[in-house]
Amino acid sequence: MAHVGAPSTKFWTPANILTAIILVVGIVLTVKRFTMGIGSVSNLSDDNPWGIWIGFDLLCGVALAAGGYTTTAAVYLFGMKKFHSAVRPAITTAFLGYAFVVFALLYDLGRYYRLPYPLTIYPGPTSFLFEVGLCVALYLTVLAIEFSPFLWEVIGWAKIRHLVHKLTLALTIFGVILSTLHQSSLGGLYLIAPSKLHPLWYSIYLPLFFFISSIPAGLSMVILEGSLSHKYLAHKMDDEHHHGFSHVVLGFSKAASVVLFAYFCMKWIGVAMDNNWSHLSTGWGWWFLVEVLGFVLLPCLLYAMAAREKNERLAFWASVMTVAGIILNRLNVSIIAFNWRLPAEARYFPSVEEFLITVFIVTLEITILRICLNKLPILYQHPQFRDAH
Amino acid sequence: MKRRTFIGMLTGAGASLLAGSATAGGTHHFTGYPDSYGVLFDSTKCIGCRKCEAACNAVNELPKPQLPFDDLSVLENRRRTHHDTYTVVNKYEYDGKPVFRKIQCNHCQEPACASACFVGAFKKEPTGAVSYDASRCVGCRYCMIACPFEIPTYEYHDPITPRVRKCTFCQPRILEGKLPGCVESCPKGALVFGRRDELLRIARERIRKHPERYVNHIYGEQEMGGTNWLYISGVPFEAIGMREDLGITPAPQLTTGALSVVPAVVGLWPLFLTGAYAITKRKEQIAAEEREQTVHRAVAEAEAEAAKKLAAALEKAERDKQAAIDREVKKALKEAEEARKKAEAASEGEE
Amino acid sequence: MEFMTYHDFMFWTKGMAYVGMGLALVGFIVFWNFLTTREDDRFADKEEE
Repeated sequence: MAHVGAPSTKFWTPANILTAIILVVGIVLTVKRFTMGIGSVSNLSDDNPWGIWIGFDLLCGVALAAGGYTTTAAVYLFGMKKFHSAVRPAITTAFLGYAFVVFALLYDLGRYYRLPYPLTIYPGPTSFLFEVGLCVALYLTVLAIEFSPFLWEVIGWAKIRHLVHKLTLALTIFGVILSTLHQSSLGGLYLIAPSKLHPLWYSIYLPLFFFISSIPAGLSMVILEGSLSHKYLAHKMDDEHHHGFSHVVLGFSKAASVVLFAYFCMKWIGVAMDNNWSHLSTGWGWWFLVEVLGFVLLPCLLYAMAAREKNERLAFWASVMTVAGIILNRLNVSIIAFNWRLPAEARYFPSVEEFLITVFIVTLEITILRICLNKLPILYQHPQFRDAH
Repeated sequence: MKRRTFIGMLTGAGASLLAGSATAGGTHHFTGYPDSYGVLFDSTKCIGCRKCEAACNAVNELPKPQLPFDDLSVLENRRRTHHDTYTVVNKYEYDGKPVFRKIQCNHCQEPACASACFVGAFKKEPTGAVSYDASRCVGCRYCMIACPFEIPTYEYHDPITPRVRKCTFCQPRILEGKLPGCVESCPKGALVFGRRDELLRIARERIRKHPERYVNHIYGEQEMGGTNWLYISGVPFEAIGMREDLGITPAPQLTTGALSVVPAVVGLWPLFLTGAYAITKRKEQIAAEEREQTVHRAVAEAEAEAAKKLAAALEKAERDKQAAIDREVKKALKEAEEARKKAEAASEGEE
Repeated sequence: MEFMTYHDFMFWTKGMAYVGMGLALVGFIVFWNFLTTREDDRFADKEEE
């Protein structure tokens, strides 16, 4: 597989050796999880029923896969045609992101084989988790359909590819609706636990915060992944990708900046709504300020400067900060500021094996993403379907 | 939803309207099953003997613990419910005296676990029990996140069929007319089983008769919308590990507002998004039309210009031609004149 | 059906809301087609570009 620069003929590069080790360890731990139970590999307990498999794999996985709906909406609904080259990579990462969110969920669910229950025979519509499940299932289907033309092009099934192409507008609108709903519903999950989540993070606006912050999360992932594939997969790119990328980076920087600014303001309105000012002087308050100033306002300003000065390097670092900030926020809500009242010895910290399973899942996802980018017409147009866009 | 159920619901709704249910426009108030049972725990009577724990263990056929139930040393540690212990008694110190408190599912009137469950595995029963149906459970453990009393536990050790475990209120025994295991075994009358309404009356009576002995509060009357287990105590509830900051909002009401936005998004987003698309398309169309018009105008202007130029050129050519002819004629005339003058001069010289 | 608890009421009404959402989405597509099919091309064309 390609590593740096030109296509490498060597397969056992250091990156691939590391990947192989992680995959082997992950398979061993997977066997352990499914034969000896969740308790055998994780630190999950009766006090802390949700750990990093939910806090990182689910919450961060979904937020960071938001590039799919933000990019398709920008291009197909808001007519920003110059971002067209970003659509295919964004759909690919979103599709793989959601597929692996569902895959990771199987590790966390006690009876994973009953995953279809809520959507089929036993719906529980009072639960925000039902809403999440329904929308993720439907959106994964939408993404699979949006992703499928890349395969049809390689196989050469022009008719079905054309059919999917005709559905573009409907799929895009459906995708935005479903994304709005499940991105916000992930925040809604915590509305039922005001007694457990720290007041600075608990808010009636939790669904809104999760939805709004998913937009810069998605845009930042497009910038981040675009920059990386530009570095490592440049030989796979056609002219549209090479030349369109600057537009994408600077345009998305501007958009991410303004959304982050609105999100920053909303965070403070959330504090004001529940009169949580007094918490700001506590240790938790400082931690809240680290998140809101260091990982929302700072990347917002960095993005603004990058957009003003047309500085793509700065935009890259702003995207790194934003992604880190989204991960920090989701972990704060789900793990760090959750159960904050419990005595220190009852608090949760992931076990090594739990952590390694997450690393395994992320590695597997990146590996499959690399294969897709190498084998499918994502960074370039298929010669046979060149003008079909 | 079956059709029969739907019709049943319609007639039921009609009947409840006739019966004058407490449903006014926009407000829905529910008071729970009227004759549901509960248990009143009086912490001033509990001596921490752990007989209730033993009975619970036996009745529910749970695995025997390492230390026997008559070993009271475990009271020194703060304990919680687990998959093999549905109830525990904890010891607290207050003013140097030990106070005991029993922990088990409080059987909320509006259970958070039921509201959170995405397969409807939890159900509020007419008996007052909050029951759990393992045959539906997917094992997401959201009930454990939701429960404000931190009661549900999980069988993390089971790889294939793990279940959520919690106190069942001994519902099968209640339906047989028996007492819950723990209540039956209590030697001190610290647990009283009865209809919830009746228990509230008893609790109020005890507090009224002995204001010096009790804190003037019945825990569970209002907490989280009310629970079927009720508590009275001689010390502040916070001092025996019971949170007094939970509020009185029933758990389902914490999410109902946000959930009601979901259909609004589904209903209105297509409107906004097709609107955005339409505006985009319209702009593109106007831009295209303008482009076309501009081109047309430019072409027309260019053509007019060219025609003008051509006409001018033709005219000029015509003028030039005329001028040349004139010039030639003039020249010829001039030459003729000169020739005539020359001839005249020559004839004059000859004379 | 009489609802004894707020949870029961919510279970029923939210369930109905989800059914309504499905109908609304399908209905919107049908209505959109009805609204636009007489137009020659403008927005009736569901195709991008």
